Amino acid sequence: MEVTITVNGRTHTKSVEPRMLLVHFLREELGLTGTHIGCDSSHCGACTVLVDGTPLKSCTYLAVMANGRSVETVEGLKQGGKLHVIQEEFKEQHGLQCGYCTPGMMLVGKALLEENPNPTDDEVRFAISGNICRCTGYMNIVKSIQAAGKRMQAESADAAE
Amino acid sequence: MSNTGIGKRVKRKEDRRFLTGKGRYTDDINLPRQAFAHFVRSPHACAKINGIDASEALSQDGVLGVYTGADWVADQLGGLPCGWLVKSKNGADQVEPPHLPLAPEVARHVGDPVAVVIARTKELAKEAASMVEVDYDDMPASGTLAKAITPDAPQVWPDASGNVSFDWEVGDEAAQQAAFAEADRIVEIEVTNNRVIPNAMEPRAAVASYDPNADSYTLYTTSQNPHLIRLLLSAFVMQIPEHKLQVIAPDVGGGFGSKIYPYSEEVVCTWTSKKVGVPVKWTADRSEAFMSDAHGRGHITKAQMAVKNDGTMLAFRVETYADLGAYLSTFATATPTYLYAPLLCGIYKMKAVYANVKGIFTHTVPVDAYRGAGRPEATYLVERMVDKVAGELGIDRIELRRKNMIQKDEFPYQTPLIFQFDTGDFEACLDTALEAIDFAGFEARRAEAASRGMLRGIGVSTYVEACGLAPSAAAGALGARAGLYESAIIRVHPTGSVTVFTGTHSHGQGHETAFAQIVAEKLGMEVDNITVEHGDTEKISFGMGSYGSRSLAVGGSAISKATDKVIEKGRKIAAHLLEASADDIDFEGGEYKVKGTDKVLPFGAVAFTAYVPHNYPHEELEPGLEESAFYDPANFTFPGGCHITEVEIDPETGVVKVVDVAAADDIGTVINPMIVDGQVHGGLVQGIGQALYEEAVYDDDGQLKSGTYMNYTMPRAADFPMFKVGFHVTACTHNPLGSKGVGEVGSIGVPPSVINAVLDALKPTGVTDISMPATAQKVWRAIQEAKAAQAAE
Repeated sequence: MEVTITVNGRTHTKSVEPRMLLVHFLREELGLTGTHIGCDSSHCGACTVLVDGTPLKSCTYLAVMANGRSVETVEGLKQGGKLHVIQEEFKEQHGLQCGYCTPGMMLVGKALLEENPNPTDDEVRFAISGNICRCTGYMNIVKSIQAAGKRMQAESADAAE
Repeated sequence: MSNTGIGKRVKRKEDRRFLTGKGRYTDDINLPRQAFAHFVRSPHACAKINGIDASEALSQDGVLGVYTGADWVADQLGGLPCGWLVKSKNGADQVEPPHLPLAPEVARHVGDPVAVVIARTKELAKEAASMVEVDYDDMPASGTLAKAITPDAPQVWPDASGNVSFDWEVGDEAAQQAAFAEADRIVEIEVTNNRVIPNAMEPRAAVASYDPNADSYTLYTTSQNPHLIRLLLSAFVMQIPEHKLQVIAPDVGGGFGSKIYPYSEEVVCTWTSKKVGVPVKWTADRSEAFMSDAHGRGHITKAQMAVKNDGTMLAFRVETYADLGAYLSTFATATPTYLYAPLLCGIYKMKAVYANVKGIFTHTVPVDAYRGAGRPEATYLVERMVDKVAGELGIDRIELRRKNMIQKDEFPYQTPLIFQFDTGDFEACLDTALEAIDFAGFEARRAEAASRGMLRGIGVSTYVEACGLAPSAAAGALGARAGLYESAIIRVHPTGSVTVFTGTHSHGQGHETAFAQIVAEKLGMEVDNITVEHGDTEKISFGMGSYGSRSLAVGGSAISKATDKVIEKGRKIAAHLLEASADDIDFEGGEYKVKGTDKVLPFGAVAFTAYVPHNYPHEELEPGLEESAFYDPANFTFPGGCHITEVEIDPETGVVKVVDVAAADDIGTVINPMIVDGQVHGGLVQGIGQALYEEAVYDDDGQLKSGTYMNYTMPRAADFPMFKVGFHVTACTHNPLGSKGVGEVGSIGVPPSVINAVLDALKPTGVTDISMPATAQKVWRAIQEAKAAQAAE
């Protein structure tokens, strides 16, 4: 089947098997290996991407379902050579260790902050509860997302002035 | 002066590639023309293999081969070795059955690989594997440790009578019995240490290729120790000489012990890459990981402690059955013996401790070291026992601990069980944690919770652990079959920048930053001028990898020693250039300086001269500035500390909520406080996960019932509060950095504090015992049973 999917702002038209999962489309067809596979049952969240801005587990979503949609992966966060605020804050707050869950965590965090720029601890923890991290103990991930929210608010306030 | 040296909160150098999706994990690596492996695994816990019919699979277009255990045997190759020889108390060697990568005659656990299909695509390999017909005779199995130790349990191996691999003891039993005779009271406890599954988020994977022109192999694999994999494959499994086998462990997505060991799959990929003539790739899916990664823990223990009525602990007697699984994995026999029993003194001054450990085969996947490895099992037993003693004697649990703990002026302290602790200050850690969690204010919080109908409890645990594996000679005397030193090379480039080569491996721990900080501190430069290389046997001459919290204490010490050698060689070059005696040259803040003068030479100038030796002491020195060191430690290191957990239980549902955790750890010198905090956080979550959520459940017949994330509960973000992490550091006395290790402290120290907190909360209900994991169902049932028992009285 032919699909047209916009990934990180670039439109790709490809012929894919109907059974191909979105995560395999990203990793194998486009070579975007930043999206990881940690289970295959949508429990771990390592494969999380944003589809039309909504976090979605690409290991249980067919590539054909993304036809005509816009997908954002970790490779799309950096703009013009500059890291996204959420990337910078994961580094500043030590929100990652082995890095395997990190792309999914950052994308969920970004989606959360777009709805709720100033989330409480509990709100962040609830938002990322579909993503498993085995290394960090979650605490610094929560701090990273909150710190990114604060900076994004400050930056948009500056821009408004 | 370095602004990014030891003790600085330096942001991690490795982060950028992970943040941008450019990490390079094994499954991200694709080689030209690669084929894919899919394993045919036993659905039975114990089954005789009568025959394997692969004809239908082989007839599929694109299937390159199907191989079985019989093919492995025909090639006269070896098995996966056990790295440690434990002897039974009667002097006999451990029973050590062969572990071939593909089971040739009998499959011995669910998931045991019996054949492999190699095909052009991943999908085809999987489909063809489903066409391989294995004729099994399903046989009775010992699916659990409890069943395997019963008198008529099915035998996993004919040579291991009663399923016993070893019946080992340590300690002076006569002294223990004499101390028991003096006791006012003998306190007894029975505990299980639940079997858990490591669950690194990156599933294991391997990509192997064979180059017929060079007659050499390259293996990319998810390993914590690529040199160890190469050594074992070379010496035992496949007899490929080391210079013909390159092992690369690129970015690895967590290990926690489970990626130490050589596994069937990477061996089979290497073996078949030559047979099919193209690279062979395999990546586990999560269900395969559940049934093929080595599990952790799995103990059943009975223990007695002899005490005086004033609370003095006299002696401890421990009898443990340890689950080994169906085969002996690399550290399977070391973990429940030497990494466990010598720590059964805890931090307490006891005259005698005697332990007997029986290693038991079961029809399950092998059990091996998992974050903490033996030390969490010891700590859990000791700290549950201490609370039980406090309860039976009516002594305050904190005072009981204070009364018996080793005091800071008693180091070095020789324990009755092998280890000599070099330093520590256990009471300072206890006080730090008590203050952090506001222990004094707890009863008010308990009363407030009670007013809401909730049961609140607080639990304390202290611990001491042994890490920094190890002095090779000592480990060898105890049965280790390898050395346990670490290597480092410091390569100073002509313009003064530095590449560090380490034999340890980083899979989340931040070595690329922390190790650079050590060199930055010593050479007076910044970490941006330093790159740390690891994980490739062609780049790094040798190494033993990362486990047992050894990377900094052992690998960091090797880096420190090699850097010292660089400084010394540089001193001679500087002396020549400055026309002074080397004895008169100081090195400080990145400069060589003639004592008492203003004559200085920056390190970079010395490095340049070493490579452009026009004016150079050629008669005394070779050009170049590169030094290596092997560091073999003088002793283990002994981190210790205190963890306190506060929980709230809803008696209507049994749900245990962790409301507060305070950790105070003595990990020796801290190189990067930010990384260290993160290591503690992660360990705490794994420890609390074991205490409240996680369990590998097999039924008696050996079917794995917790084989997916639907029924194996992983700790998630919403399960935890923010942790209070503090330190009280005493420097290790016998390594050049003073560092002890931090990777495992959380998973060692916290589990008993959680269970002690749960039992403290449940005190009003009459519940006096609960096993890990204290799930909502288990807690609720315990409350109901206690109620029923009280009603019956």
